[in-house]
Amino acid sequence: MIERWQARVRAMSLLAGLALLALALLGLQYGASTYVQRVAVDIGIMIILTVSLNLSNGYTGVFSLGHTGFMALGAYGSALLTMTPQVKALNLPDLPAWLAHVHLGFLPALVLVGLAAAAVALAVGYPILRLTGPYVAVATLGFLVIVHIVIINAQAYTRGARTFLGLAPLTNLWWVYGAVVVTIYTAWRIVNSPIGRAMLAVREDPVAARGAGVDILRARLWSFAVSAFFTAVAGALWAHFILAFSASSFWFAVTFEVIVMLIVGGLGSISGSVAATVALSILSEVLRNAERGVTLFGYHTPALYGLSQIVFALVFIAFIVYRPQGLFGDREFSLWPILARWYPPLREAVMAGRQLAE
Amino acid sequence: MTAELVLEDVHVDYGGVAALKGVSLSVREGELVCLLGANGAGKSTTLRTISGLVRPRRGEVRFAGERLQALSPYQIVARGIVHCPEGRHIFGGLTVQENLMLGAVQRRDAAGVRRDLDWVLALFPDLAQRLKQRGATLSGGQQQMLAIARALMARPRILLLDEPSLGLAPVVVQTIFRVIRDLHRQGTTILLVEQNARQALAIADRGYVLESGRIVSSGTRAELEADVQIEKAYLGA
Repeated sequence: MIERWQARVRAMSLLAGLALLALALLGLQYGASTYVQRVAVDIGIMIILTVSLNLSNGYTGVFSLGHTGFMALGAYGSALLTMTPQVKALNLPDLPAWLAHVHLGFLPALVLVGLAAAAVALAVGYPILRLTGPYVAVATLGFLVIVHIVIINAQAYTRGARTFLGLAPLTNLWWVYGAVVVTIYTAWRIVNSPIGRAMLAVREDPVAARGAGVDILRARLWSFAVSAFFTAVAGALWAHFILAFSASSFWFAVTFEVIVMLIVGGLGSISGSVAATVALSILSEVLRNAERGVTLFGYHTPALYGLSQIVFALVFIAFIVYRPQGLFGDREFSLWPILARWYPPLREAVMAGRQLAE
Repeated sequence: MTAELVLEDVHVDYGGVAALKGVSLSVREGELVCLLGANGAGKSTTLRTISGLVRPRRGEVRFAGERLQALSPYQIVARGIVHCPEGRHIFGGLTVQENLMLGAVQRRDAAGVRRDLDWVLALFPDLAQRLKQRGATLSGGQQQMLAIARALMARPRILLLDEPSLGLAPVVVQTIFRVIRDLHRQGTTILLVEQNARQALAIADRGYVLESGRIVSSGTRAELEADVQIEKAYLGA
């Protein structure tokens, strides 16, 4: 009884959340400056990166440092799929004919690069996901290095180390937040399914997981592949938003930025990932503006370039020292305790339901 | 085909050090067999070999006629051989309920899983009140109960229990042994490893005694209890 009621409330709050999100997006689209819109798009892409990385690094304990490689795959792959043959002839004259004439819509391109990344993740993961702990981190870092070198040398497809351009600005708020919703929903469904429990078991205690009958490699591969799928989608969205990038765009800076957000949010908490990404992105944006110097209460600060990164680093260190489990630990944000606190009848109903159940 | 577990001349070594030197034993359907022996005799290694966590160098492990040593641990669980490891190995960060559901990770019969959940919670009422609690917050005895309950959630055809009484208070040990005896009476086949030889023997049908990787004695409960050597070595004269 109480469960059915909770399920109904959950469905309603999900709908309400989606409606709120749509309203916020409408507000951003018609009421906000281009600058704010761009920040919002950036945050959305970071949310996808962080939540998807959480699936492998947080829930399954496969600490990957190579996800940026999947992001690069999504970026270059989707660009090659969506650019018109004319633009390709101009920017990438050496493309093989079959690819030079491909011209897909944005959605099929996103799905295709996602699937391609998942396939690569399975192929790469099959040997390296037998490793554990720091060895996985090093091996996945090796994957990132390989991707980087391939990008620099596959000049016909990527223009090598030079800037890649010619993409259409397809990414907008709706695409990004549509993908955010799909990513969060998928991650949430996986985490709360038997395969998600298997993933958690692998992280908690591989020996016991094997004893309980979990196929460890399969659980790890699953999380790695799904995570790669969404990371590639985020890469594609980012490419069609930033429009000009190069091999060095997919390197350590973005790798560590996502890992910081993941750890600050909490390994194993989807809502933590979202909260940390939003908070840290806004913080870094504010700080970046402050770098140029601001006037506060009549006092003018000098320009301090690099300030935002230093503060970012300090925030990270403070978190590691004082709250190593991150904002939310491995718990999810839940409306229930808050609702129950502010609305006593609800609390009584829940208690009564619990007594009934016993 | 009866579901008989057979080990034949099983040799295992860890990096060159022999742990099992030709162990042969069998567990027939419905039996409670205990495996006794001192520290380092190879009791846990025997269980780990059966469940596929270590590979034998020589010899054969068969269940219901099928050779097990070619299978992965999860495939062995799928055959109905469930290992409840020494030191409990519960998932400390997960709730009691999640721990129990992980025992049933390979099962697809949702209704049966729900029935078995009620069944194990009836066996261990302590757990029923703590479904939402994290495993790490349980006491040692409760953790052991959780470990056994989790193994039962897989609906084992043979349950391998490794030192279920290790480090527990005497009262809790009584409870654990009572549950093991009840499970046996309900028809579960059990291979029990224990240092607590007297109590293990008291509820077993048969037993084997391991000494530095070899079986040195075996027999029914009465035979083992009558054996003077065992009396001296393991039961305390």
